[in-house]
Amino acid sequence: MKHWQLNKEEGGIVVATLDKAGEAANSLSAEVMAEFAVVLDQLELNPPSGLIVRSGKAAGFVAGADIHEFTQLDTPEKGRELVARGWDLFNRLASVSYPTLALIRGHCLGGGLELALACRYLLAVDEPGTKMGLPEVMLGIFPGWGGMRRLPQRIGPTAALDLMLTGKTIDAKRAKKMGLADECVPPRVMDMAARQLLLSGRGRRPLPVVQRLLNGPLKFVVARGARQQVVKKARPEHYPAPYAIIDLWAKHDGNALAAPAVVDRIIHSPTARNLVRVFFLQERLKGFGKECDFKAQRVHVIGAGVMGGDIAAWCVLRGLTVTLQDQTLERILPALKRANDLFAKRLRDPLKIRDANDRLIPDVTGDGAVHADVVIEAIFESVEAKHALFKALEPKLKPGAVLATNTSSLKLEDLRTVLAKPERLVGIHFFNPVAMMPLVEVVAADGADPAAVQAACAFVRQIDKLPLPVKSAPGFLVNAVLAPYMLAAMHAVDSGINPETVDEAMLAFGMPMGPIELVDTVGLDIALAAGRQLADGAEPPHCLLRAVENGHLGKKSGRGFYDWSTGRAAKAAAGQVPAGLGERLVEPLIARTERLVADGIVADADLADAGVIFGTGFAPFTGGPLHYRQKRG
Amino acid sequence: MPDGCLSMNPPVYVVDGARSPFLKAQKGPGPFAASDLATQAGRALLLRQPFAPEDLDEVILGCAAPSPDETNIGRMVALRLGCGQKVPGWTVMRNCASGMQAIDSAIADIQRGKAELVLAGGVDALSRAPLLYSDVMVRWFAALMGKATVGSKFRHFLKLRPAALLTPVIGLMKGLTDPVVGLLMGQTAENLAWKFGIDRQQMDEFAVTSHLKAMSARAAGYFGEIVPVVDSQGKVYADDDGVRADASMTGMAKPKAFFDKQYGKITAANSSQITDGAAWLVLASAAAVEKWQLKPLGKIVDTEWAGLDPAQMGLGPVHAATPLLQRHGLGLDDVDYWELNEAFAAQVLGCLAAWQDATYCREQLGLPGAFGSIAEDRLNVDGGAVSIGHPVGASGARIVLHLLHVLRRNQARRGVATICIGGGLGGAMLVEAC
Repeated sequence: MKHWQLNKEEGGIVVATLDKAGEAANSLSAEVMAEFAVVLDQLELNPPSGLIVRSGKAAGFVAGADIHEFTQLDTPEKGRELVARGWDLFNRLASVSYPTLALIRGHCLGGGLELALACRYLLAVDEPGTKMGLPEVMLGIFPGWGGMRRLPQRIGPTAALDLMLTGKTIDAKRAKKMGLADECVPPRVMDMAARQLLLSGRGRRPLPVVQRLLNGPLKFVVARGARQQVVKKARPEHYPAPYAIIDLWAKHDGNALAAPAVVDRIIHSPTARNLVRVFFLQERLKGFGKECDFKAQRVHVIGAGVMGGDIAAWCVLRGLTVTLQDQTLERILPALKRANDLFAKRLRDPLKIRDANDRLIPDVTGDGAVHADVVIEAIFESVEAKHALFKALEPKLKPGAVLATNTSSLKLEDLRTVLAKPERLVGIHFFNPVAMMPLVEVVAADGADPAAVQAACAFVRQIDKLPLPVKSAPGFLVNAVLAPYMLAAMHAVDSGINPETVDEAMLAFGMPMGPIELVDTVGLDIALAAGRQLADGAEPPHCLLRAVENGHLGKKSGRGFYDWSTGRAAKAAAGQVPAGLGERLVEPLIARTERLVADGIVADADLADAGVIFGTGFAPFTGGPLHYRQKRG
Repeated sequence: MPDGCLSMNPPVYVVDGARSPFLKAQKGPGPFAASDLATQAGRALLLRQPFAPEDLDEVILGCAAPSPDETNIGRMVALRLGCGQKVPGWTVMRNCASGMQAIDSAIADIQRGKAELVLAGGVDALSRAPLLYSDVMVRWFAALMGKATVGSKFRHFLKLRPAALLTPVIGLMKGLTDPVVGLLMGQTAENLAWKFGIDRQQMDEFAVTSHLKAMSARAAGYFGEIVPVVDSQGKVYADDDGVRADASMTGMAKPKAFFDKQYGKITAANSSQITDGAAWLVLASAAAVEKWQLKPLGKIVDTEWAGLDPAQMGLGPVHAATPLLQRHGLGLDDVDYWELNEAFAAQVLGCLAAWQDATYCREQLGLPGAFGSIAEDRLNVDGGAVSIGHPVGASGARIVLHLLHVLRRNQARRGVATICIGGGLGGAMLVEAC
């Protein structure tokens, strides 16, 4: 066998180790699954006292199905075959006469978790990397290999639907608490625990009565509630998969093969194809900086405002030691407070929170720059101020240190003039809110040192963001495409359409937030300045000028296009959206994206799509603006 | 020991130092654990060094009362400071001189060639001293463990005496009580007041002066060694908060005697304050100074430790500093500035009196007569523990560090930092500014 190793131990336990040939991580390709069927054949002839399924990879258990296979499902038969392949195999695993156990260490996702769910016991190893979930919905499909049946049986339908509909993952402790894992143990005892648990004869902890009712006669109650939740997040015309998951569970007990029409519809939906495309785009972004062995240990951030403070906190959360510089301690305090809140939310364990706070060091004198591997400037947008800063900074830097600016509106070419080595300055441009936005633009001006750009990309990967290399140009990619889009939206308001209607048109298009609400969030003054810079000299919208004159600057001032006094935009009913409004409003964004590709600001159309999706939230189910344009013709 | 022998010891330099503000214990636990204070002060100090925390050879922290979850607090703080797993960290305990002991231990390791660069200091968070179960309760719990059945456990609960449950042992009071002679530290100071005839008026005057000196030093910016600390709510603590601008003889007269109730003279106000704080010094060999291009504040010339009657532990400085000075052929006058830790106003006054007392000097120190006196403007010129506070483990490190700053400020050369130690000890360090 190529991918599986079988080891029979004294006492008759067989350990089946999956170590997919030629890959760093395990995935359930057709070949891997066919081999596993052979494993089951062999064991059927000569039944062991128990079977342990584990991974031979350092990365984790199983990352899921082989997503490359999804791109080859060109006929309905192939789609159904794919579903049947796992459904049948895991049903077979679930019905073997001997006890089975999945030893889960590292990621165990999608098909991997469905494999584990088909085992009698699920043993989770308590390590930071251990993550379990059924994220199929994020690829526009459903967990068709038994997950929709077995997860609700194990943890109850409410929790199961929550996992399947959001695609979120849980760690080992949580898995034990929810009843997904039978035990959660540290790695040092996992081998003993696996063997003891396997032969324990222990029955499954029964679901509470209420959950059993909800997974039986009262399914319709849960299904109705789940649909109501999903409607708030995803429209069925954009994202059919979550609705299909609810239906398949409620009507067919999770057996997708009982509803072949649904299988065909979902697997061949443009959404699924496009989300798979987005997945591969994301993988491509993750590849930037890979060939570079730069690894930062200390980061120095200058400017403790919203961006600088949040960048610092994010780097700390990702394990780095960060010195955060500003003129006074008082200016740094709000950032420390926000960081503490972020750590508390993300880390939970008091020792880890304390460790994170220890690694975020306020630095009024700027001494941290001397020791830093990466220095990020995030002070206010003034060429003079940044010049003064860079002049003082450069002699202090370590030789190989990355010197970066988080500027969004100034030209790197202008900023670097004061440097003895101007080629070392790169842009590392984060988006607000830093903890939520996955994309970071890595900006290279003409003549930038390729090694510095590489190192910047590697750093962005190190802190678990997606680097997008872009050339220096006003607004880079993301802001440059957003500006004409927001202006078009405001011009629509000038033409007499309500802000609510404009926003609704774009929500219906699939945007995560309406453009007018986005302007309010960004700040009207910022939008006006950005518009002047990025709109090719077009007239600013009247509604924007008027609002700014009246001091209505958006969310931050309590009022912009909307009233924000409650902390949320008070919106009236949107009313009827004029036909084609959404398409019309998105047109300038697409046109600008095309132009930026043509100008070489971003290397190719796919990367542009990736950048716009991960940087703006542009409707992922469309596959990105240029893909959307191409498909629409 | 003649001077020639001393010169065989390689010099040990103090290259920098920092401390947290000293935070007076209010009602209940303070905002910081001892390791929090040591970490925040230490990371600010390390940040401004040309070397990285990993370049230290070791971290030594004095602490008299770490909390139960701060076992080997020196190692714990070394890790929290980002010194990495490979830099050893350890903890020393010599009660009130734990911070001074940390410095002396660093010196020893540098002088015998075991280390070049050491972070040494002291810390205590006295406001977090625990309440403990009484012996009665401990025995009750132990017996509970032995009860196997629900019935026997229930019957055992009927034996629980609420009075024992509700009268915890105050850990801090235990710490401030001599374990051999059973006296509270304040009672040992009452002994000195009685012995040398120091009255309440003198003590109160001394205490008021301590506050006034600390206030004017703060106004003049003489506490540059303080680095602000920030709690998890984003609140900054930038100054010693026990120093009183409104200190006056009228106010000082109000509190009643605390240790010998009713008939004593020593009050909470003319004693050092119960305080949380941390202080650190970076100590370096000559080689390390050269390697990292450090600019030393000064060097530590010599150290002396002495023992005496625990019931008069406050005279520890007299017993430690006298032989230290004699060894270098110096008298009290030859020292430019003194930091004599103010455990109690009566205790500092007692030390000064002892040096001027011919009988005491003859009988206890083997001197021909009185050793002399220290000029008022040379002693604790920026206040002391009565006004600034006495986070037990930190004080010894604080006075050494502050003394170096005082010497440099006044372009003076020689100083002595000395401290009395509960249990009947004294410690003294002879320093020279660079």
